[in-house]
Amino acid sequence: MYVAVKGGERAIANAHALLAKEGRGDPALSPLNPAAVAGQLGVLVARVMTEGSLYDPELAARAIVQAQGDVLEAVTLIRSYRTTLPRFGYTLPVDTARLPPQRRISATFKDLPGGQQLGATFDYTHRLFTDRDTAGPASAPDGGGPPDEGMPRVSDLLGASALIEPDQALDGDPEPGDLTREPAVFPMTRAERLQSLARGDEGFLLALGYSTQRGYGNNHPFAGEIRVGEVDVEIEIPELGYPVPVGRVELTECQMVNQFSGSADTPAQFTRGYGLAFGRSERKAMSMSLVDRSLRAGELGERAAAPAQDEEFVISHSDNVQATGFVEHLKLPHYVDFQAELGLVRRLNAEFRERAEGASGRHDGAEEA
Amino acid sequence: MSTDLTGYNIAYLDEQTKRMLRRALLKAVAIPGFQVPFASREVPMPRGWGTGGVQVTAAIIGTGDTLKVIDQGADDTTNAVSIRQFFAAVAHASTTTRTSEATVIQTRHRIPETPLTEGQTIVYQVPMPEPLRFLEPRETETRRLHALADYGLMYVKLYEDIARYGHIAQTYSYPVMVAGRYLMSPSPIPSFDNPKMHQSPALQLFGAGREKRIYAIPPYTDVESLGFEDYPFEPQTFDDPCAICGSTGVYLDEVITDDKGGSMFVCSDTDHCEHAAGQAEVTR
Repeated sequence: MYVAVKGGERAIANAHALLAKEGRGDPALSPLNPAAVAGQLGVLVARVMTEGSLYDPELAARAIVQAQGDVLEAVTLIRSYRTTLPRFGYTLPVDTARLPPQRRISATFKDLPGGQQLGATFDYTHRLFTDRDTAGPASAPDGGGPPDEGMPRVSDLLGASALIEPDQALDGDPEPGDLTREPAVFPMTRAERLQSLARGDEGFLLALGYSTQRGYGNNHPFAGEIRVGEVDVEIEIPELGYPVPVGRVELTECQMVNQFSGSADTPAQFTRGYGLAFGRSERKAMSMSLVDRSLRAGELGERAAAPAQDEEFVISHSDNVQATGFVEHLKLPHYVDFQAELGLVRRLNAEFRERAEGASGRHDGAEEA
Repeated sequence: MSTDLTGYNIAYLDEQTKRMLRRALLKAVAIPGFQVPFASREVPMPRGWGTGGVQVTAAIIGTGDTLKVIDQGADDTTNAVSIRQFFAAVAHASTTTRTSEATVIQTRHRIPETPLTEGQTIVYQVPMPEPLRFLEPRETETRRLHALADYGLMYVKLYEDIARYGHIAQTYSYPVMVAGRYLMSPSPIPSFDNPKMHQSPALQLFGAGREKRIYAIPPYTDVESLGFEDYPFEPQTFDDPCAICGSTGVYLDEVITDDKGGSMFVCSDTDHCEHAAGQAEVTR
């Protein structure tokens, strides 16, 4: 009984040993090699990198193996490591128009400069199990790749004729906020919101994006463009005076194009929602762009009534590391507070009985009289 | 827990982060009861499991400090053990279970029974720093209410309790007014512990990691639990003494002893209980 709360130290050590045993599975089989995970479970690795806000496929793969496949646990591992890393400076904005896409599609134009390119996608695959002994279709040989011609962004094509809102350069090009280094305060700038959405839970954003399509804050989206590819990351070194590439990251970018009926001072034009994620993360990028657009309701003077249009609601609940931690903290002991509530409920009950007895006593008295 | 932590700074957080935290702490001490937003970092335990308290402790702990960690008043509940081991590993901190020996006490849900003294710091883990949150879910709105010291909402809530139940039905996270200015959540400590905050000689720091807020009560500050003239604040009381050490006037946990409704009441503060039981042995 009382000793049940004692010995926490030994219990923890034993629990860790059991966890390690469960995670190892059948010892006759070879353990998972993180490098193989990074190569073969690339989509999962991309999700962990995106929500963990750290581009490192090898580390993300290690996190997935250590977390025994628990995505949110892996994201937590990545985030807890990332936060201890020193910050040297900001990279230059990546130029996604320059990336030779591995995949590029537009749902708004049949053909466009640079062409459509399906690339590596699950779209149009038949979701049938491959034979146990084969790996499915033969994989493409290395090399080939897309022709190295320019692939301007669809939004730039429309922008040329002023039918779509331009990229908004902010006055004076201020330093971007950084949610991981400065306290976030509502209302947020769009840049901060996008940062937050980029770290947000794929499932949560998917559900919110879906809700806008079903009428809760409808914003009539078209997938203007989705592209996947590797892009150079460059940083300006003050001593050198010119940008130096520090590496390449694989990105998925989604530009949603949405109707906007115009207002007193703006003619009717298309507006945009934006999504960007590490690796092949198409679902995430699309969901993010839907939610980004719906959160612009206030800025565009639209009536904001749906959950997906409510900044505090969306941003406060999109971080799965926070969400899972707080939901799961209910596992921790709460017996001090429960005891306090127990005392209150007992007291309320006793008072209820007293009142009931008092009432029936008066009733009996009335009969006697 | 592995003690092999190559690649991590002392007390886990990098020095810049500690500086950021200390700045937030200084601001919090300067404005008692005011919630200071801070750029809460991830720490290697889940959000909601004391990450705010861990960051505050990491920012203030030094090699000369002795750390005590309690959860529900006990030193050996699993999460308290986990956090204590964390600091032993990353900060090379000496640890203790004795309240009187500790210089820093990190706590969840309780204030120790042994009165705190000058020079001690108590760090509370806070899940919901905003006392008005369940009355007004919007941060933009509650910030405004604090700025205007407009706490009518809370008084109405307490009044409605009295109208409905005959008394205030808030048993933990009982709201307090700090230095006559800011309404503050004392974290989910039972209201039994509220009076210990008033004019405490110890420095009281509050960290909410998930909600990214830090607040503080400097030593010897007025902390008043809300109430009305005719319905004043009433902390919990217990009828029976602790079944183990015989202490009275302490917070007790009910421990179920059988499946026929039997139970016993024992100290929630394990350090106090051990000490009191030892004293009882000596006198006998």
